[in-house]
Amino acid sequence: MAKHETPLLDQLETGPWPSFVTDIKREAESRAKNENNVDFQIPADVCEDLLGVLELSFKHGRTHWKHGGIVGVFGYGGGVIGRYCDQPEAFPSVAHFHTVRVAQPAGKYYTADYLKKICDLWERRGSGITNMHGSTGDIIFIGTTTPQLEEIFYELTHNLNQDLGGSGSNLRTPADCIGASRCEYACYDTQALCHDLTVEYQDELHRPAFPYKFKFKFDGCPNCCVASIARSDLSFIGTWKDDIRIDQEAVKAYIGGELKPNGGAHAGRDWGAFDIQKEVVGLCPTGCMRYEDGKLEVNTPECTRCMHCINVMPRALRIGNDRGCSIFAGAKAPILDGAQMGTLIVPFMKVEAPYEEIKEKVIEPIWDWWMEEGKNRERLGELMKRQGLQKLLEMTGLDPDPRMVQEPRSNPYIFWKEDEVEGGWERDVNEYRKHHQR
Amino acid sequence: MAFVSSGYNPEKPMENRITDIGPRKFDEFYPPVIKNNKGKWLYHEILEPGVLVHVSESGDEVYTVRAGGCRLMSVSHIREVCEIADKHCDGYLRFTTRNNIEFMVDSKDKVKPLVDDLMSRKQDGGCYKFPVGGTGAGISNIVHTQGWIHCHTPATDASGTVKATMDVLFDDFRSMRLPAHLRVSMACCLNMCGAVHCSDIAILGYHRKPPMLDHEYLDKMCEIPLAIAACPTAAIKPAKVKLDNGKEVKSVAVKNERCMFCGNCYTMCPAMPLADDVGDGIVLMAGGKVSNRISAPKFSKVVVAFIPNEMPRWPKMTDTITRMVEAYAKDANKYERLGEWAERIGWERFFEKCELEFTHHLIDDFRDPAYFTWRQTSQFKF
Repeated sequence: MAKHETPLLDQLETGPWPSFVTDIKREAESRAKNENNVDFQIPADVCEDLLGVLELSFKHGRTHWKHGGIVGVFGYGGGVIGRYCDQPEAFPSVAHFHTVRVAQPAGKYYTADYLKKICDLWERRGSGITNMHGSTGDIIFIGTTTPQLEEIFYELTHNLNQDLGGSGSNLRTPADCIGASRCEYACYDTQALCHDLTVEYQDELHRPAFPYKFKFKFDGCPNCCVASIARSDLSFIGTWKDDIRIDQEAVKAYIGGELKPNGGAHAGRDWGAFDIQKEVVGLCPTGCMRYEDGKLEVNTPECTRCMHCINVMPRALRIGNDRGCSIFAGAKAPILDGAQMGTLIVPFMKVEAPYEEIKEKVIEPIWDWWMEEGKNRERLGELMKRQGLQKLLEMTGLDPDPRMVQEPRSNPYIFWKEDEVEGGWERDVNEYRKHHQR
Repeated sequence: MAFVSSGYNPEKPMENRITDIGPRKFDEFYPPVIKNNKGKWLYHEILEPGVLVHVSESGDEVYTVRAGGCRLMSVSHIREVCEIADKHCDGYLRFTTRNNIEFMVDSKDKVKPLVDDLMSRKQDGGCYKFPVGGTGAGISNIVHTQGWIHCHTPATDASGTVKATMDVLFDDFRSMRLPAHLRVSMACCLNMCGAVHCSDIAILGYHRKPPMLDHEYLDKMCEIPLAIAACPTAAIKPAKVKLDNGKEVKSVAVKNERCMFCGNCYTMCPAMPLADDVGDGIVLMAGGKVSNRISAPKFSKVVVAFIPNEMPRWPKMTDTITRMVEAYAKDANKYERLGEWAERIGWERFFEKCELEFTHHLIDDFRDPAYFTWRQTSQFKF
């Protein structure tokens, strides 16, 4: 017999997609039986109260969680988010129900052995409910009490060689795409760069010293599978400068139908025979391709590396060899002045360990500027809007480049600086009057 | 429930303290076929929905089976994932950005037993535990936020709306009949910790009532200057308020017509709650993308201003989403993303084909960028 009736949630236990309600009930039952004699450090019936409070929200159409006060582990200003229930008498086991963010490994690869240890820890010292993963990328532990926080941190660091992630006004846990580990499109090693910067900037990640949150994300190619260009203050997108490598025999195999276009992604419908003119050459956004006399040609200087032709014919076309990344700054979700897409600030940079150019020419000068000039809760993109892209270039020493704009300004209201104008701005009006009467 | 110490000594918090070690290094967790072939992959192919093969220049192959997961996941469920990884994949697995679980094997003969095993596992109510799919020109898993399970400012639930939506879109998770891939995302308030603003279809929770003011407690529970500073539209100002008992207290006043319902004030000040059973509901957005393929990344546009919260399955919301997906599937060209399709046919046609009502709420009136979204050409369609 369940502790709380959940008639509304029960209706989410049918249909094909996995049911989170059934899953939480499963955990509730597992804790109630406790076949492994786990020494639970928070109440055993925590999952039942979690379902109870969620059912109440489904009934009321309102949340029953309060934002917590300041909770955390000693010496860190992030990684834990306080959470309290606003019906603690009815649901005492989730009265205090804090979130813990655990930094995920780059690429989100795991061994089962590691995850089992994570499960053991979180079953004993928390609710046993997680997010795999949170939006930013961390493993999220949902629900524990304040006295458990230091214990969890101690066990994570001592037994699992594992640290917390970021929260609050600091560097948030960086995240990357699968990259070169299992993708032929990767123009740099996203996992290596993501991990290196995460480790290098641990202080910025754990101790809030920024005006607001700051996110790094790493996409190995312009397909942008981790959406870095839409949601990270600094987005690193893999690209290349030389020719797309073409295997003409494989091109013919696509035309002949021996190879399936787009890696078989469209196999669920009969789209007719593959038409290279219509599907590849005709859809190229720059018109830089042609297919004539059995040969596919790409006019490399005109190519903007959109990935379409490569996506359609992955066995015939491959990214170039002179690889690196483009860097975009200032993306964020809509609060406040509307959503912002990342703006190109570095058209091309090599990505080579120990990544000194990325750190010293891009990241650190930008942080210095933002920490000096950014207002409380102002994201980098908003500072860029307020002070201008020119200011970012000035503070980083990056050279202006027509690639950084969609078009030049259509107003001539240029804020010339005095040192840009020959002779400066100090002039003698009396000298002027010798030639121009009042 | 006796307290069991981890070894941490609260009297000496710095004793044996380990900090700033970061995450585990990724290559500890690479399966051998990944470790051996990193950077050497030649091409990939989707063999069937949810099953990919990547082929290396070494001749090695890795077969990936992608299974959908709830991002909300119990340790019992994760242990079952581990059991599957131990049984089929030498104990290795990974997760995708979109909350899918990927099981990898190094030869083709291992694929079918793995897929069969995954598809055979069902929950008590008949739901699949590990549905295989989410590849190619179909619908992958929904990325989403916390909702009522664990957040203080949501305007709807996340896991519930996602379950209801994935149930109706399930066939497209399991197949690849669409013109291109279609990404659905969900964020339970406009702060969008899920960053849904560049998705083909975005489900967004939205409040429509300004905060209530708990004057008697406000100054006791909150730092008034922080509550004022939290407001992105400067709608909050300090105020002296006379309570019913005649006592004058320090509080705040809210200029309601300036409120954009973000709940940032409530985050700073619990005496300013704004959740409401009829005020809160769903906004649907459409046409965004993050890929640079063919056209530039784009933001999603608001196409439905409000749908009420209808627990537990949000039928009006799922019907509207289904209508958009079907109109897109029927009308778009091969490779065309939903937003590219809408731009090609024109948004006026999009509303017609998706049978959506165009209301004044959908015309942008928020600050400067609004002007650039109004039509300034004589070219439009009747």
